[in-house]
Amino acid sequence: MKKLLFAATLAFFAMVTAAHSSETLKLLTWKGYAPQQLVEKFEQETGIKVELTYSNNEEMIAKLRATRGAGFDLAQPSQDRISSVQAQYKLYQPLDYSKINSEQLITSMLEAVKKNTKVEGASYAVPFCYGTSGLIVNTKLAPEAKDYTALLDKAYTGRISYRLKRPTLIALAFAGGDDPFAKYDDPKAYKELMDGVGAKMIEAKPYVKNYWSNGDALLEMVRSGEVTVAMGWDNGGWKLHAENSDIDFIAPKSGALGWIDTFAIPAKAKNVEAAYKWINFILKPENAAVFTNAEKYATASKGAAAHLDAEVRDNINRSFTEADIDNIKWYPPVSAKIEQIEGKILDTVKAAQ
Amino acid sequence: MKNHIRLSLYIFLTPVLLWLLLLIVIPHIELLIMSLKGTDDLGDPVWTLANYRHFFTEQIYWYTFVRTAVYAMLTTVLTFVVTFPVAFYITKVVSVRLSGFLTIVLLMPFWVSELVRVYGWMILLRESGVINHLLISSGLMNTPIEMLYNDISMMMGLVYTSMLFMAVPLISSLEGMDDSIIEAAHDLGASPPTIFCKIIIPYAAPGITSGSIVVFMLALGNYLTPTLMGGKNSLWFTEQIYNEFIASFNWNQGAAFGFLLLALSSIIIWAGLKLTRQELGRALS
Repeated sequence: MKKLLFAATLAFFAMVTAAHSSETLKLLTWKGYAPQQLVEKFEQETGIKVELTYSNNEEMIAKLRATRGAGFDLAQPSQDRISSVQAQYKLYQPLDYSKINSEQLITSMLEAVKKNTKVEGASYAVPFCYGTSGLIVNTKLAPEAKDYTALLDKAYTGRISYRLKRPTLIALAFAGGDDPFAKYDDPKAYKELMDGVGAKMIEAKPYVKNYWSNGDALLEMVRSGEVTVAMGWDNGGWKLHAENSDIDFIAPKSGALGWIDTFAIPAKAKNVEAAYKWINFILKPENAAVFTNAEKYATASKGAAAHLDAEVRDNINRSFTEADIDNIKWYPPVSAKIEQIEGKILDTVKAAQ
Repeated sequence: MKNHIRLSLYIFLTPVLLWLLLLIVIPHIELLIMSLKGTDDLGDPVWTLANYRHFFTEQIYWYTFVRTAVYAMLTTVLTFVVTFPVAFYITKVVSVRLSGFLTIVLLMPFWVSELVRVYGWMILLRESGVINHLLISSGLMNTPIEMLYNDISMMMGLVYTSMLFMAVPLISSLEGMDDSIIEAAHDLGASPPTIFCKIIIPYAAPGITSGSIVVFMLALGNYLTPTLMGGKNSLWFTEQIYNEFIASFNWNQGAAFGFLLLALSSIIIWAGLKLTRQELGRALS
């Protein structure tokens, strides 16, 4: 018995030391944000092992909230979802911007993110990549789909798909001629506006095929022609365009919704140094270009454009005119109250028969 | 000697008690506390029953629960109807050797995770899927139809994912049944329906009860199948809890819903046991 105990203790210590001998970086991110090629390159350059966990904005916040900011060294929330959760739950630690190689970043974007994530004098995020939500359309089967209103159009019955999440509500509010962002500070007016949007969605529910929740599943449905009008991210439309030139991303008339995903360091991160190393590594122009060429999202890296494939550069010019770019609605920071209003409306839409 | 037995009892009991306490009791207490908290108008945390009140005052919440419970009951009944002939066939009709083989065949799909099985069904049923392809290429149909994303496909998925949990208790209770009882009833002139209602069902009742409880709870607490196969109309109560926690950041409300699910499903099972005059202890033994 004693021998067994001894052996077990020994094995335990061996395991503990083995875990310590190689440094790790625990990265909480979106699918595709850390391409295998770059992970391997980073491991080679620094000797730090990268552990990836895929998530989305809502789950990222829930995960970090459950552990009060522990368990991960680096997270990638969208810039509009940082300040309110930071003020309420203290999930992140202030960034030390002197450790970030800001020369390789687009200055205006860095300043905008700093401003939007400022809580009590400190800022919490560095921009990584940006993109827009708009329409992914099969232009042959749905040539008239130019704005979000196509998502409510009877003409496309059984061929419509969108996410039952806040971007859809906001998009349809813009399509109705309102400016939901201007009502963020007035929950009562915001609720009134969104109740109206919800009612329209319920009315048009019979035309919807399904509410997608997985980006790959959506692309599969558009690819097979089951869906002809969908609300989705620009890179998805561009990926499909490369396979079938009928399908493309279209910047809606009432404005594509612009988001910026960032890097933020959780409050109880264990390996903060590795986190800064990863941020500086992936935003190097040549590395950022590898990411953009694979995922089609543009990054905040200043010199990356020079390393891009011609096809990737064409995407933006094809989908966005100069006016479309000026018309992009960038998400302002969102408060918890707003999200509760939206949550209830989305539930009502889902439950409606 | 007596001391010795007591010592080993403690040694074996400790892990079980620790497991119960650390992984079940303590998290539930934390959830309970969370569900009783809320914020007042100024945003300060206070003790309140508002989270529970919301469930009853907001139509959408209890509507979702009622819908979920009704569908879970329907799933239980359908699962029994589908599974009983299978279990009867395996235990009473085929030879012992073949019955073992058939049981294994029945178990086999469950070696794969539920997610994979549900995706398998989606590949079969979707508009550009296998079944539509076969129907069109054989000339039976001209245009593909969407078989996914409705209540029927969702029910089918739920029945399929919970079949095993009905089959195993049914098989084990029918196995213990002496064939000569059925033969005797037959010799005495009972018709097959009478034999089924008066002999087989009462004998298999404990198996039916335990299978039904498990299937009902699994269907009620299922999240994957309704979300993936039910699509746009399938707001399930578990999804509501998920939404409260994840999408609305309202953990207090989500915790209250969790407890309401626990309480209401316990009441439904208790009522079911009373109505059919079954005892929980007998069903689980």
